[in-house]
Amino acid sequence: MKLFDIAHSRTGDKGNISNISVIVYDQKDYERVREYVTPERVKAHFKGIVNGEVVRYEIPTLGALNFVMQDALGGGVTRSLALDAHGKCLASALLAMDIPAKN
Amino acid sequence: MRTIRIGSGAGYSGDRIEPAVELAEKGNINYLVFECLAERTIAIAQNAKLNDPTKGYDPLLVERFESVLPICKKNGIKIITNMGAANPQAGAAKVREIATRLGLGKLKIAAISGDDVVEALKVSDTKILETGAPASNMADVLISANAYVGAAPMVEALANGADVIITGRVADPSMFLAPQIHEFGWSQDDWDKIGKGTAVGHLLECGGQVTGGYYAEPGKKDVADLARLGFPIAEVSEDGAIVITKVEGSGGKVTEHTCKEQILYEVHDPKTYLTPDVTADFSQITFTEIAPNRIRVTGVTGRARTKTFKVSVGYADGYMGEGQISYAGPGALARAQLALDIVRERLKITGVKASELRFDLIGVNSIHAEVLAPAPEPTEVRVRVTGRCDSMKEAVRIGNEVETLYTNGPASGGGATKSAKQVVAMLSALFPRDKVIPVIEYLEA
Repeated sequence: MKLFDIAHSRTGDKGNISNISVIVYDQKDYERVREYVTPERVKAHFKGIVNGEVVRYEIPTLGALNFVMQDALGGGVTRSLALDAHGKCLASALLAMDIPAKN
Repeated sequence: MRTIRIGSGAGYSGDRIEPAVELAEKGNINYLVFECLAERTIAIAQNAKLNDPTKGYDPLLVERFESVLPICKKNGIKIITNMGAANPQAGAAKVREIATRLGLGKLKIAAISGDDVVEALKVSDTKILETGAPASNMADVLISANAYVGAAPMVEALANGADVIITGRVADPSMFLAPQIHEFGWSQDDWDKIGKGTAVGHLLECGGQVTGGYYAEPGKKDVADLARLGFPIAEVSEDGAIVITKVEGSGGKVTEHTCKEQILYEVHDPKTYLTPDVTADFSQITFTEIAPNRIRVTGVTGRARTKTFKVSVGYADGYMGEGQISYAGPGALARAQLALDIVRERLKITGVKASELRFDLIGVNSIHAEVLAPAPEPTEVRVRVTGRCDSMKEAVRIGNEVETLYTNGPASGGGATKSAKQVVAMLSALFPRDKVIPVIEYLEA
């Protein structure tokens, strides 16, 4: 299954830094997502797009994780040559991550 | 317990016009806030002001004020906006002109400036955060430098009876915080309350993004009536209790999940959300649906603010050229790839001077590069080549090399477009608070 099946997501941008929230639909999936969707996996998922460090913040009251990704927007929103300079679509790309089905 | 209602009339400069009219007419609001100033907007406005000293405010200011000012005046709604951009005084003068022309009677308009620190920055040793180099090193390419000012000058303007406040660069949430401080007499170092008021601002500052905009996922997160999306209202009580809602009967929805997405939007460490007013803590926040489209917000706290203002620095960053062309039908992908190879070689043969080039196939890899698994062969593909150059003359040549694919490239290329533009890019710096002196001027209609 994909992360898309159990979570939703939104991207924000500040300069050359992109942040992506991952929010579970159902709180019962939070622990599982927290265990699997690590900063290392996110960094590997965005190989070729995110060149810098990925830091994860946990917000258990929201059933949410927040990934802050450095050097992720081609030099920054205002100078990037990318079609999606804001990286708005990155949220959807992250939801394409495969996640093991529940045991 | 006294409660006020604050509406959010725009989430960015080009946002829809009529949701704010709906808020003013039916929202039973006390304040209407328009957030219209993106990072780069002020640098562009600064150029407009240099060309004409009566310009430099938001291009939609006139249309927005003509639409809402008569209703706001009738319903006693105060308006706060950063549509002053690079020229709040000229924006305020324009609002006075509109009020007089429409015969709206007495109106007190405050123009708040002082955020422009470009001259001070040129001669200071302040370092650019992204590069670590002193800002003075880039004095010759600097276009603008504006400090994110906090709520204080807006609170003062409200205390002096302003009906309309036009600002330049202020922190977005501060525009929503100011009326809460003013109405409830909160101390500006009551960090928990200032934190809560800032959460209100953060949830509302992007307009429809908390009422179902930027949210819909058909089949999973359906949102009704996005063509008539209602913009948000915050109900705030004296003790900092918060409910997020929208105009009854408008499109969209306010749910726990729309709020969850928006509270983390453009946030890094949720424990440390820095604004000029406070260090807000969203890490323990909760959203609870108390009725359909009514979400209670709890768990926000705050700590002391930092000693510096963030400054947004705009500079001339060369030129960008782009060209696009489409291929369709069987073999579209192979022809599009051939097209990219041809342009790559042409840019070399003709010696186009570009410091950076990018080759995309829209519909295949332009957004996600290698992230997503290969898709089945698309029935149409759009070629996109873009590059960064030092002059407009060079930048134009990139689009030209894509356009010449019409008669020199693969079969059946169609719909070529090309463009070139100057790039105004943004960096940031931290500037001491005491070097930024907000100035409030009042105009009366």
